Amino acid sequence: MTELVTSSRPQRPEFRNINAFKDLPSYRLPIAGVVSILHRVSGALMFLLLPFIIWMFDVSISSEISFARFTALFNIGIAWNWSSFLFWSFAQPVVLSLPGWLFKLVALALIWAYLHHLIAGVRHLWMDINHAVSKEFGRRSAIVTLVFSLVLTALFGAKLFGLY
Amino acid sequence: MSVNYGSKRLVVGAHYGLRDWLSQRITAALMVLFTLLVLGQILFTRGPIGYETWAGIFAAQWMKVLTFTVIIALAWHVWVGMRDIWMDYIKPVWLRLSLQVFTIVWLVGCAGWAIQVLWRL
Repeated sequence: MTELVTSSRPQRPEFRNINAFKDLPSYRLPIAGVVSILHRVSGALMFLLLPFIIWMFDVSISSEISFARFTALFNIGIAWNWSSFLFWSFAQPVVLSLPGWLFKLVALALIWAYLHHLIAGVRHLWMDINHAVSKEFGRRSAIVTLVFSLVLTALFGAKLFGLY
Repeated sequence: MSVNYGSKRLVVGAHYGLRDWLSQRITAALMVLFTLLVLGQILFTRGPIGYETWAGIFAAQWMKVLTFTVIIALAWHVWVGMRDIWMDYIKPVWLRLSLQVFTIVWLVGCAGWAIQVLWRL
């Protein structure tokens, strides 16, 4: 009886979750989907860089001297002496020096992440309030989100790198 | 409905309610207002922004209280968002729970540091 039933049934299609390596390179993500995944990526990036953000807040606001250090960070860079943190000693002091442009680049990434997250978030709030969930609105507002976040990032970035 | 008690109890869920969804949106709205408030003061300052201008923004007591509230709102908002990410992509319960604990430790630590910086001004 069981055999009869299974043999007479046609082969049914089997759906599985998408595979990151096999399916994602050829996956045609709609532009609203691009905004959505970037919302996540930007949020995760800011989460991971949260100590760096608070450290910048600390250095910039604690005193006039530390404020000067903060501006020098972006213009000149920083040299960290790790010697006192290590358990063994070397003849030369162990110094990690990072150039100013690296900090500017990380700051630019944070500026983009914040702007994208904020604008994509406002888009979410707008959709929640107005029940604006049509396919066409999703597409148009996604384009607006990308344009606004990228143009504003370019503006702030130009200021950051001293173009105006 | 699968079994959700005893050793089968789901310990890493979202509680499937309105609370997290709503709190994420309310904290977001608060942070947007705060952003506009701080950014507006920076953009409408004439000339280069020195230490006096920058520290002056956070000098008033009401601004400290507001910033404190925003720090708490941020931590809450990030908790809901990061937990969503772990719930979507991390399937083994032990790993998901570990990452959720790490998220809480990370956020509470960062919030404490930010509040310390804010209130010693």
